[in-house]
Formats: sequence, C-alpha cells, structure tokens
Amino acid sequence: MAGSIPAFPTANALSDAAARALPVTPGAEAWRRFRRHRLALAGAVILGILVFGVLFGPWLWPVPINEIDFGAKLKTPSWQHPFGTDDLGQDLLARMLYGGRISLAVGVAAMLIAVIVGTFVGAVAGMSRGRVDIALMWITDLFLSLPQIPLLLLIIYLFRDSLKVWVGPEAGVFVLVVAVVGGFRWMPVARLVRAQFLSLREKEFVEAARALGATTSRQVVRHILPNSLGPVIVAGTIDVAAAIIAESTLSFLGLGFPPDIPSWGRLLFDAKDYLDIAPHWALFPGGAIFLAVLSISFFGDGLRDALDPRKVM
Amino acid sequence: MAEPLLRVENLVKHFPVKGGFFSREVDHVRAVDGVSLHIDAGETLGLVGESGCGKSTSGRCILRLIEPTSGEVWFEGKNVTAMQADALRLVRRDMQIIFQDPYASLNPRMTVGAIVGEALTIHALADTAKAYDDRVVDLLETVGLHADHRLRYPHEFSGGQRQRIGIARALAVSPKLIICDEPVSALDVSVQAQVINLLEDLQQKFNLTYLFVAHDLSVVEHISTRVAVMYLGRIVEIASARDLYTAPKHPYTEALLSAVPIPDPKVKRKRIVLEGDVPNPIKPPAGCHFHPRCPRAEERCKSEAPLLREIAPGRVSACHFSA
Repeated sequence: MAGSIPAFPTANALSDAAARALPVTPGAEAWRRFRRHRLALAGAVILGILVFGVLFGPWLWPVPINEIDFGAKLKTPSWQHPFGTDDLGQDLLARMLYGGRISLAVGVAAMLIAVIVGTFVGAVAGMSRGRVDIALMWITDLFLSLPQIPLLLLIIYLFRDSLKVWVGPEAGVFVLVVAVVGGFRWMPVARLVRAQFLSLREKEFVEAARALGATTSRQVVRHILPNSLGPVIVAGTIDVAAAIIAESTLSFLGLGFPPDIPSWGRLLFDAKDYLDIAPHWALFPGGAIFLAVLSISFFGDGLRDALDPRKVM
Repeated sequence: MAEPLLRVENLVKHFPVKGGFFSREVDHVRAVDGVSLHIDAGETLGLVGESGCGKSTSGRCILRLIEPTSGEVWFEGKNVTAMQADALRLVRRDMQIIFQDPYASLNPRMTVGAIVGEALTIHALADTAKAYDDRVVDLLETVGLHADHRLRYPHEFSGGQRQRIGIARALAVSPKLIICDEPVSALDVSVQAQVINLLEDLQQKFNLTYLFVAHDLSVVEHISTRVAVMYLGRIVEIASARDLYTAPKHPYTEALLSAVPIPDPKVKRKRIVLEGDVPNPIKPPAGCHFHPRCPRAEERCKSEAPLLREIAPGRVSACHFSA
C-alpha cells in the first residue's frame, strides 16, 4: 500500500538538495550560520584577542607587574611602556594583561553561577507549578528587591577575612566576588526560564513526547530546555558583561581585589585621582572593559541565532 | 458482544475557574460532561461538534494527556484511568495521537529523524544504531517522505509534509489506536485530501483504529465508519456514517448537517438556522443542554436531561423525541 502513496513533487526536489548538502554536522552548520553574523564575528575576534592576550600576554610582554620605577612615574604611552605607567612607575600593559585574567574569569564564573542557579530555579518552578512555583517566585522577588550594593559590601566585609585565611588572599576574594556577583544575578534568568517553561510545557510537541511515553526528565532535557535556551544565552552574555562591571564596581569601591592584584576595575580605582594629569591610566582599563562587554554581547547575539535552526541565515 | 478495542464510560473533565481573593476555585468549565462511547478494532469513529464542545479534550482525556475528572477509559479490557505511570507508559505504545497544528507539534530543535525515532529510544525498540536508522527510514517512506529528510529540521517542510512527519512519529510504536485530533483542519484543501488518503491507506496496511476528531462534516463522512456528534460536553447522537448523514435523529445533528455546503448551486435545501449562541459551559442549561436552541423543545426538556438511548440497533440518540 505504501507504494500507492504519492510523494510530493516538492519533496523530491527537497531531497535532491538534501542529498547534495548531506555531510553537514550540526556543529558545522552552527559555525556557518555564526559566520554570517558580521557583528558577532567581530565580537568573537575581539574577544579572542582579549582572551589570547590575558592568557599568553605575560609571556610575550615579560615585564613584572610590580616593578616600581619612580623615575618613570605617570609616563604617557611610549615604546618602552606602550600603555604608559602609573604613579609608582609600574608598567600598565603588564598590569592590564594580568588583571584581565581576573576580570574575565570573574565574569565567566559569575555568569555560570547565575545561569545554572537561575535555570535550575526557573525549571523547577515552571515544571512543578502550584505551591513550589509560588514559593520559588517569592524567593526570586525577594532577592530582586534586596538593595544589592549595600548588601554586597556587607557580605564582603563580613566574609573576606575568614575566606582569605581559608583559601589564600587572591582565591578568597575571587570566590567571594564570584559568589556574590553570581548570587545576585540569577533572578532574571530564573524568571525567563520559568516563563519559557510555562509556555513550552503546553506546546503540542511536548504533549506528543508525553503521548510517546517520555518521562518528565526526558521532556525537560530533550524538548523544553533546548527550546528555552535562546533567551538564556543572551541573558548569560549580558551577565558576563554585568559581572565584569560589578567586579569593577567592587574594586572601584576598594572592596574587590587588593592593590597588588590589578584587575581592570582596580586599575580604574587607582587611576581616578590622576584623571587630569594621567588620563591614559584610566582610559586603557576602561576601554578594555568596554570592548570586552560589547564584544561579549555581540557574540551572544550571534550564538543565539546560530543555534536556532528556525532562523534563516 | 465482544469487548471493543476502546470503551469510554461517563468521561468527565471539569477545568477549574479561579478567581477572587487567594485564587480560590470559584467555578468550573464543564468541558466534557459525561461522554460514553466505544470503538471496535479496525473502525473509524468520527467525533464532530462545534468549536469548544469538548471533542479535543475528550480525545486527550482518553490518552490521559489531560487527567479526566472522573469516568473510565478501558483499552483492550484494561482500565487506563486507573493505571500507574509505568503501566501507562506501556499502554501508550498502543494508543497514539496526531495533532491539529503541524507547526506546533514538532520540536523545532530536533531533526526529523530524531523526532520520528524518539519513541524507539523511549521504548527501546531498536537494538542497534543500524536498526534504529532503518526503522526511521522505513517510517518516513511509509508516510511518503524521503529517507534523506531525516537529517533536516521541521521548519524546512510544508504543512502537509509536517503532518506526515507527525503521522510517522505516531506510527513508530506500531499503535493499535490513533486519536486524530483535527489532523487536516490546518491544511489546504488539496493537501487535506492527500493526508486523508494516507490515513486511509495506513489504516488498511496496519489494521489501525481511529478516533477522528473534526469539525468538517464532509471529511468525517468520508473517513468514518460511525460518527458521534457532541454538543456542549455531551454526546447527542452516535450512528453509522450513512444513517447519520441520511437520516439524523437528533435535532442538533439535523441543524448541523443542514449547514454543510452542497457543491451544486442548483440544489436548494431548507437550512435550519439555530437561534442564539452556544451556552456558556460554566453554566450549561438545566435539563437537555440543547433545549434553549432546539426547535422541538418542550417543557420536559428544561428539567429532564435526556439519556443516550438505543433507538435502533447500533444507533443511540440523546433526545426525548427521537424514535
């Protein structure tokens, strides 16, 4: 009987095209789509340069970050000091290459915490509905209504010293800043994911999976979660940017990393008193933060579009 | 009489209406209000009615995609409504569903092969990667698609092709009963015919039983062995397709049939135009749900709900006056 079922003429045309373009893996397809997105590609290149710089820069520009030279203090950029020097004559390029590691690592780690916690809370709320949902959304709203900066300062003030003793000064502050910044940014993700779950769980393709006998976890992992990740990716990139800025804010307020660990925010903090006589000191770390945040945002946009097979690109 | 493949007894689904302070349950929508029917193996039961009369909800309650409020569903002598999750998963290999909207019913992030093959993974129906792939190709070709289509995504297909993918997905578990929830309402007329023919061919080939939910009376007449007519959550008449279309016994069925267009401008027919609108299913009328709009209604209809009673062999009607 199957032989009597006519295939579409269009179906045959489609399959010819399919046969020609067959050996395309999903990864290669996503990369092809990503490359079409000019700004995202530019963002990826800039981000790549920044990451390469902070990872390998200290070897390519082997100047110690704490070499004090009072003879060369507050120098404008020159061949000897491409980004100039600070008030102690320390080389700013070397300090920025080192500090960038901290800033980017804080950004990525805080984003991961925000996205993982947010997705988990949102998914549980969206799937369980009822009382669990109401309780979780109360907690989310509670966190959203907290005054963040004063609370950040309080938490850091309270726990900084004990953590320093426990895991060392640098790692201690890192853990604290990441936990605090990430812990205050999961709420938008949770709301986003919950809203997506509430709408997606009623979609017919999820119902079809249920009719096929898919367990709840399979419905979530295979059907609901992949379709809710688009906005989460964008929120995640915004979180990286926001975390970099939050770390800068903390360091700028003098509560982030100590002066001997020159994150970009810390450099800005140190530079603020010399803005009129040595603007280069603030311009380079500020520009680096700006470039990093912007390129991450474009990168996120491109990633979302590249991973969405519906989008024609 | 032998046990039918599917027997539905007094199925009820009430959706709560929340309101007021603290979202209390203030009322409920009686979407399905005591539906009883049976389907024999190999036949097609058409289920027709206006929008919102509860036909789709009935179909989903039978599969327990929506938990019924009360009532029983018996499939092959097993009580589906009393089943625990594991038993239910097993029985779903025998009962499948095809959806109305071919755009919403396929996961946009899965390839066609993954969509069609998902059931094989869930029920461990393919031992090797090769067996899995062969089965997916087989299913796609059964519904008139090409083997290469399994690597593509749903958005690359037309509505009719997508509906074929949905059919292939339902066929993957080799079901006995398929609930077709308005499977052609969202398609162009020319494509409707293709999909209807495909469904008929598959029915013969795999000895399938259909519950065919639709509001298009001509389509239902074409495909059904028997037809059940629903009005406001209740079944008002069940008869063989021929009897129902030539001699309807319930006044609502009569009115419904008189609205079917005849593709011949010279044929004149008396059109029964019903007064008023379908009543609110939160507060259905007392007695017979149809009495406020019924041309034959009498005093008795306002208080006494007519039961579905056999008026001829194999033919039931819920009207005090049908004989």
